Amino acid sequence: MSVYPEKLAEIIEDIQSITDPYEKSEVLIEYADQFREVPETVARRPFPEEHRVPFCESDAYVWVRQNPDGTLQFYFAVENPQGISAKAMAAILDESLSGQPPEVAAQISPDIVLKIFGQNISMGKGQGLMGMVGMVKNLALRYVSEDSRK
Amino acid sequence: MSDILKKGYAHSEVLVSTEWVEQHINDPNVRIIESNEDPLLYASGHIPGAVHVDWTADLNDQVRRDYIQKEQFEELMSRIGVTPDMTVVFYGDKNNWWACYAFWVFQLFQHKNAKIMDGGRLKWEKEGRPLTREVPTYPRTEYRAPERDDSQIRAFREQVMEHLKAGRPLVDVRSPEEYTGERLHMEGYPNEGALRGGHIPGAVNVPWSRAANPDDGTFKPADDLRKIYLEEQGLRPDDEVIAYCRIGERSSHTWFVLKYLLGFPKVRNYDGSWTEWGNLVGAPVEKGPGKPRSG
Repeated sequence: MSVYPEKLAEIIEDIQSITDPYEKSEVLIEYADQFREVPETVARRPFPEEHRVPFCESDAYVWVRQNPDGTLQFYFAVENPQGISAKAMAAILDESLSGQPPEVAAQISPDIVLKIFGQNISMGKGQGLMGMVGMVKNLALRYVSEDSRK
Repeated sequence: MSDILKKGYAHSEVLVSTEWVEQHINDPNVRIIESNEDPLLYASGHIPGAVHVDWTADLNDQVRRDYIQKEQFEELMSRIGVTPDMTVVFYGDKNNWWACYAFWVFQLFQHKNAKIMDGGRLKWEKEGRPLTREVPTYPRTEYRAPERDDSQIRAFREQVMEHLKAGRPLVDVRSPEEYTGERLHMEGYPNEGALRGGHIPGAVNVPWSRAANPDDGTFKPADDLRKIYLEEQGLRPDDEVIAYCRIGERSSHTWFVLKYLLGFPKVRNYDGSWTEWGNLVGAPVEKGPGKPRSG
């Protein structure tokens, strides 16, 4: 069984405790409403391909910057205006992983997508969201390995 | 409707416009059904009066890989207050991809009065038409359906094999990377994958979304569709065609295009698709770029 970073574990626990599918959707939509797009100081359109999330048909992008204290800040863009799930996922990842040391994001695994969205997610959509999680993890791993080389 | 008629489809009666739908929001003989890939979209706002049909929860068997049976379909239709005479209108995200998928499953149970709203959610939203988060409830009906009929619009692997041996056309609607075998599946997600990459030998590659206008999600006019499927890919108007993708959802969009918009006489969707074929022991596989059909 995977061990999740504390904030993420709390979010997952909260979402999993909701049994009513409509209520669960409401909570996820609230996250989507909180989604903040990458600021122009970090990236401008057209966004570079290397930041595009593989397999995500909502045209999602991920960036990371290291804060002076060594923690990471993640930024996201979702180009598909109807990519509500992608926005919700991005907002959850931002809330739980930004401002944390690289090791925190490096320990996440794509199975959180199914924990959060459950059976309501299509395989294709799941793959896109897992791609986003995988990209966040891989970006964080770069900083973990850089730290370990120092 | 006139805009749709102008597009020159073989069976334009299966499409309705966003305007028509807005005029029929309160029509007791019309049930509007939203089907999306994104499970949050309906709850985030939908056409007033529209019900939600979720492909995983409502259309798929929850244990084995198959669609629902007659009894579950009857229960679904009764729950959303539909009678056999009612017109159901599907719409959704992604150029109506999932709306076409739901439409296809409904045709396995021969609900004849079924239509797609051309342009789906994208066009509706772009036109600033009303959306609500209020979930409607309708009086329950006692819908009676015939047994599911897989023989006309659904293909199984043995039939695909026969089709292949007979040299009949197959349309692979996946991305070029999936078709050539360059992309197999995402590492770590075996449910999405196949042990072998490539395509069914002889299949032409027309990614499903080429049939739609990306700006508003509407289907391209018949002339444009003919250019793609007939002129470019070499299909003939009297061909029997099987379409497939990875799990049969994208190909239901192409199935709809070929059957209703271009009027091909027999089109089947191979829902086993690449997640079955690419795992079948001994199944013939071709890799690399394809070529149009000739002769």
